[in-house]
Amino acid sequence: MHTILSKKILTERTWHMRVAAPLVARKCCAGQFIMLRIHESGERIPLTIADWDRAAGFIDIYFQEIGATTELLATLEPGDTILDVVGPLGNPSHVEKIDGTFVMVGGGFGIAAGYPVARAFKEAGNRVVAVLGAKTRKLLICEEMLKSVCDEVYVATNDGSYGTQGLVSDVLQGLLDEGEDIRLVYPVGPPIMMKIISQMTLPHKIKTIVSLNSIMVDGTGMCGSCRVTVAGKTRFVCSEGIDFDGHEVNWDEMMSRQKMYGRQEAVALSHHHEHGACWGGAR
Amino acid sequence: MSDYSKNLTIAERCAIPRQPMPHQDPVERISNFNEVALGWDKDTAVEEAHRCLLCKTPKCVTNCPAEIDIPGFIRKIADGNFLESARILRASSALPAVCGRVCPQESQCELTCSLGKKYQPVAIGRLERFASDYALFEEELPIPDTAPPTGKRVAVVGAGPAGITVAGDLVKLGHEVTLFEALHEPGGVLVYGIPEFRLPKEIVRLELEVIQKLGVRLVKNFVVGRTATVDDLLEEFDAVFLGNGAGAPKFLGIPGENLNGVYSASEYLTRCNLMKSHNFPGNSTPVAEGGKVVVLGGGNVAMDAVRMSLRLGADEATILYRRSRKELPARIEEIENAEAEGVNFNYLVNPVRFIGNEQNWVTGVECLRMELGEPDSSGRCRPLPVKGSEFVVPAEMVIVAIGQSANPIVASTATGIETDERGYFIADDDGRTTKPGVFAGGDIVTGAATVILAIGAGKKSARAIHDYLGDSRWPAEILS
Ligand SMILES: Cc1cc2nc3c(=O)[nH]c(=O)nc-3n(C[C@H](O)[C@H](O)[C@H](O)COP(=O)(O)OP(=O)(O)OC[C@H]3O[C@@H](n4cnc5c(N)ncnc54)[C@H](O)[C@@H]3O)c2cc1C
Ligand SMILES: Cc1cc2nc3c(=O)[nH]c(=O)nc-3n(C[C@H](O)[C@H](O)[C@H](O)COP(=O)(O)OP(=O)(O)OC[C@H]3O[C@@H](n4cnc5c(N)ncnc54)[C@H](O)[C@@H]3O)c2cc1C
Ligand code: SF4
Ligand code: SF4
Ligand code: FES
Repeated sequence: MHTILSKKILTERTWHMRVAAPLVARKCCAGQFIMLRIHESGERIPLTIADWDRAAGFIDIYFQEIGATTELLATLEPGDTILDVVGPLGNPSHVEKIDGTFVMVGGGFGIAAGYPVARAFKEAGNRVVAVLGAKTRKLLICEEMLKSVCDEVYVATNDGSYGTQGLVSDVLQGLLDEGEDIRLVYPVGPPIMMKIISQMTLPHKIKTIVSLNSIMVDGTGMCGSCRVTVAGKTRFVCSEGIDFDGHEVNWDEMMSRQKMYGRQEAVALSHHHEHGACWGGAR
Repeated sequence: MSDYSKNLTIAERCAIPRQPMPHQDPVERISNFNEVALGWDKDTAVEEAHRCLLCKTPKCVTNCPAEIDIPGFIRKIADGNFLESARILRASSALPAVCGRVCPQESQCELTCSLGKKYQPVAIGRLERFASDYALFEEELPIPDTAPPTGKRVAVVGAGPAGITVAGDLVKLGHEVTLFEALHEPGGVLVYGIPEFRLPKEIVRLELEVIQKLGVRLVKNFVVGRTATVDDLLEEFDAVFLGNGAGAPKFLGIPGENLNGVYSASEYLTRCNLMKSHNFPGNSTPVAEGGKVVVLGGGNVAMDAVRMSLRLGADEATILYRRSRKELPARIEEIENAEAEGVNFNYLVNPVRFIGNEQNWVTGVECLRMELGEPDSSGRCRPLPVKGSEFVVPAEMVIVAIGQSANPIVASTATGIETDERGYFIADDDGRTTKPGVFAGGDIVTGAATVILAIGAGKKSARAIHDYLGDSRWPAEILS
């Protein structure tokens, strides 16, 4: 049982939650995630560990309400418990002093997920730039948090309500045009964004590391649900990643696998809307 | 009350026919998840027990990796003392009700049963199931005494058959045992792999309760190699046993295997068993269902997956296997069960690629016909492709059940534990790895095998760990 210590709404459907998980906090590093299961008949879902306090024994998660499980999670209040939290899972991101600028490109919950990696690269003595994207200013999350660990933070909004009007890729292009000496790009967010950024950096031969968010069941390498093709080989995201070379990922396959349960997810969501509060699963 | 002492002659015992196992009707059972084999009543069990000759040097025992006193427990059934029978079983095995169901008895104890030379062997497995179920459901067996505390602490990694055995044996010897399990449910393959209709999860839960009552501390949701490394554990514990199983699914490496609708058997069965997808959306983990289901492989895992798909509403369920029926590695009983349930078996075919539609969903498996060539080193005939024999088996879902390999998480985060080229731990007969204080056994040493071999390995390791806790000695030769 893991107690929810605090909860804050950041935008309409994005939440920050602090959860007691001493064993995870003791060991976790930038780039790792947890699997959580809210109750007996719940699904196991992966969420990135965005921050942690080893001494106090808690971790921070940021999540977007997009389906039955994340909507249910959003209804829990401080003091409530989550049945299972397991982690830290995945391999820690490879962090080192690089010869040039590190650029974290974040979209949606990816901004929070990329935060610990940006911080780690800063701590390793690098120049760190963040490019954050949102549809509109109201939906932008974690800007202050990123500012505290980055040399520069740029924002792109689709409607131009804040920062540059356009996409994160436009801002990245601008940085390249201005001659920023970019050596490593780290896009985190929706696969389509990660795909576009990877395609952009390829001709410039800029190393691009992506954190893949494929569908998972166990998160420990036991089932193969999370598999993707990287450099022509089948790889398990949870046990061999989650970071991979963005230039080698088969994006179309990755994106279509993410939609594998589209029909069932809709059923689950309407079931949740009807029965949400009673967690009506038979065992 | 001893019925056995009625002193039947050997001839009279031999004349008793082997008792059949009643089964749920095939038509009915494919629309439920309940156990297929219904078990015996007392009279049937006692009757079967009378077939045993109580051999002075019982050949059956030599082929039981758990070293169960087989004539001893069978005699107690014949005497009507079922609880005492269960006590004898539990003295040697932490999972008798499981083994009585899933052990490949035909190639273990029953293979060497003396009666089997001229008649059918004693149904040892079914008797084992009967007596141990009796102690789980009818009359409780008192929890045995444990030795006085030794003050030694042992970490057991993985709550599968190997880990459960080590934990149970060591706790009885007075050691303090913590059992770490990666998943939210202990039991290993017994809970996430083998389906309810073959092994009810209640059985696994009750048998685990016994070792917990003995004092084993169970820590779920703890992934060794992530939540803590083996080296971390060695700072807190005097010895570590690795029983983490051969949990990583193998794929064929042919085009299209990552199409939607293509599952590993591990994923499919985990969704169905551990996550209870059959109850979706009440249980919120989804699984693809219905349509034409094709399963690749011919072992127990393939049989479980194909039979599960029927219960989840497949219109048609087909096994594709490279060789012929007689080479199928699955237990005969399970092959017959699958056949009775209406599974199609398509022999001598080899998949070469998966075919998908625009939405990246699988629509079929392209195969080659095979013919059997000369026997290979395993003694089985080697299948050879027939040129130009390509054909497509239509499928809306494909389950790949061609085996498991080693999950690297534990080994890759530990220092000084050597593995072979396939990633399995190198260990001596008693489970000693190349790192002092670290033992390993079960599928993670042998490669995917059987429940009883994992239990056997666990028993040997438990003895070796007990010795090591006493004298801290580690043989030099494996440290080379
Ligand atoms: C390594 C990793 C880290 C992640 N970190 C975060 C995070 O920090 N914050 C956040 O908001 N989201 C994160 N996600 C995505 C998050 O897991 C999904 O949003 C969540 O599982 C959706 O569950 P649902 O029931 O609410 O929605 P559903 O209706 O079930 O699914 C909506 C979409 O979520 C994805 N999804 C569904 N089930 C899973 C699953 N078991 N595993 C992965 N994806 C799934 C699918 O693409 C699906 O289309 C991460 C995913 C991965 C793999
Ligand atoms: C579908 C299926 C059907 C089968 N049918 C039969 C049958 O009929 N008869 C038979 O005899 N055998 C059968 N087998 C084989 C048998 O189940 C295995 O040989 C046996 O379970 C091996 O036991 P084990 O203890 O070595 O490993 P497992 O049962 O695999 O248990 C390993 C445990 O370790 C846990 N673990 C893994 N990694 C970690 C980690 N890093 N940290 C903590 N815990 C970890 C796992 O979650 C698991 O609980 C079948 C196997 C499958 C998959
Ligand atoms: S454990 Fe297996 S091999 Fe041993 S007696 Fe029981 S069925 Fe036979
Ligand atoms: S070998 Fe057969 S007949 Fe003899 S003791 Fe064992 S089970 Fe009984
Ligand atoms: S989620 Fe099961 S192997 Fe990655």
